[in-house]
Amino acid sequence: MPTAWTVRDITKAMLPVLCILTIVEVGSGFVLGRFEAQLLKYPALLALVPVTIGTAGNLGSILAARLSTALHLGTLVFAVDNEPLLGNILATLALSISIFPIVGVGTWGLTTLFGDPALTAETVILISITSGTCLAVIAVAVALLATYLAYRFELDPDDVVLPVVTNVCDVLGVVVLVGVAQLFI
Amino acid sequence: MDVSIRDAAMNAYREALPALTASVAGGLIAGVVFGGMRAELRTVPGLLVLVPALLATRGNVYGSLGARVSTGLHQGLIEPRFHDIDERLVRATGAALFNGLLASAFAALVVFSVLSFVGTTVASFLTLVAIAVIAGIFSGSVLIITVITAIFLGYQRGRNPDDLVGPIVTTTGDIFGILFLLIAVRLVLAVGGIF
Repeated sequence: MPTAWTVRDITKAMLPVLCILTIVEVGSGFVLGRFEAQLLKYPALLALVPVTIGTAGNLGSILAARLSTALHLGTLVFAVDNEPLLGNILATLALSISIFPIVGVGTWGLTTLFGDPALTAETVILISITSGTCLAVIAVAVALLATYLAYRFELDPDDVVLPVVTNVCDVLGVVVLVGVAQLFI
Repeated sequence: MDVSIRDAAMNAYREALPALTASVAGGLIAGVVFGGMRAELRTVPGLLVLVPALLATRGNVYGSLGARVSTGLHQGLIEPRFHDIDERLVRATGAALFNGLLASAFAALVVFSVLSFVGTTVASFLTLVAIAVIAGIFSGSVLIITVITAIFLGYQRGRNPDDLVGPIVTTTGDIFGILFLLIAVRLVLAVGGIF
């Protein structure tokens, strides 16, 4: 249902969802807060935070948007041999495998350029690739589940699925990054 | 592997890669600024906890604005012109800024309340809310201009604005989100110190 173009109607449609998403995101803030000492000690780790959050959220939202379009077009079926389903899942995993090494190299390179990264290139790249691979699997699971639920409950996937998937992947991005960092630091 | 599934995967990969690369570039720049913000993060306890919510608000609010404007163009509800700006567009951007500021202030309230409740050191509510709102005004204004301009220019050149919104908002949202957060913290510290 389209909302009218007034401040009042837009606010009525948007603000409740926005507040819920804010609470979800504050949850990931607490994870960061819990590891504040470590993050402030290693600039390269801190620098990984925005890019990991953003990339995880994007992987999820791109997949969800594509699944939702396929659902609208009637080509998506929740079956193991469905082309749009399997193709998009594979693409998400491939995107993650190709992009996270660049995230690691870029983060280490840029933090080194502007100061002391306090971590070796190897550590930063390992953290980035490991968390990226975990996050791709998580993004697939979250996007699939959300699209499936939207389909079951006949919600418009464009309205509900995208913000939910993006924000859930954001939050899990922080959790996974901080968790993986404990393995390598 | 089934050839048609491989084709579907390669097609999806090729279509998503440019947007993802752009957002990674934005995220890397944001990361460097964030990595250099350690002094501010130490000075304002609770700021680190606030950051994910503030960044997400940018994406949620201005992503939604972009989607709305893009749909409005498709439906012929608004005209893509920079002079004599459409009244619907003014109301939609006003609503986005308003909601973005409310959500930012709400995030500051939640962070302050929870951290105070569990007994963690946290800056005053006034400090956190001032930083959240000032950063929200700056980054919101820049994002509105960037998103609308990009959508209009893209539309006038025959591109589908739906494909532009996501990458533009995520890329510029991260960079401006962090950059104006840094500026807002410095402003608040310069004016009031830690209340």
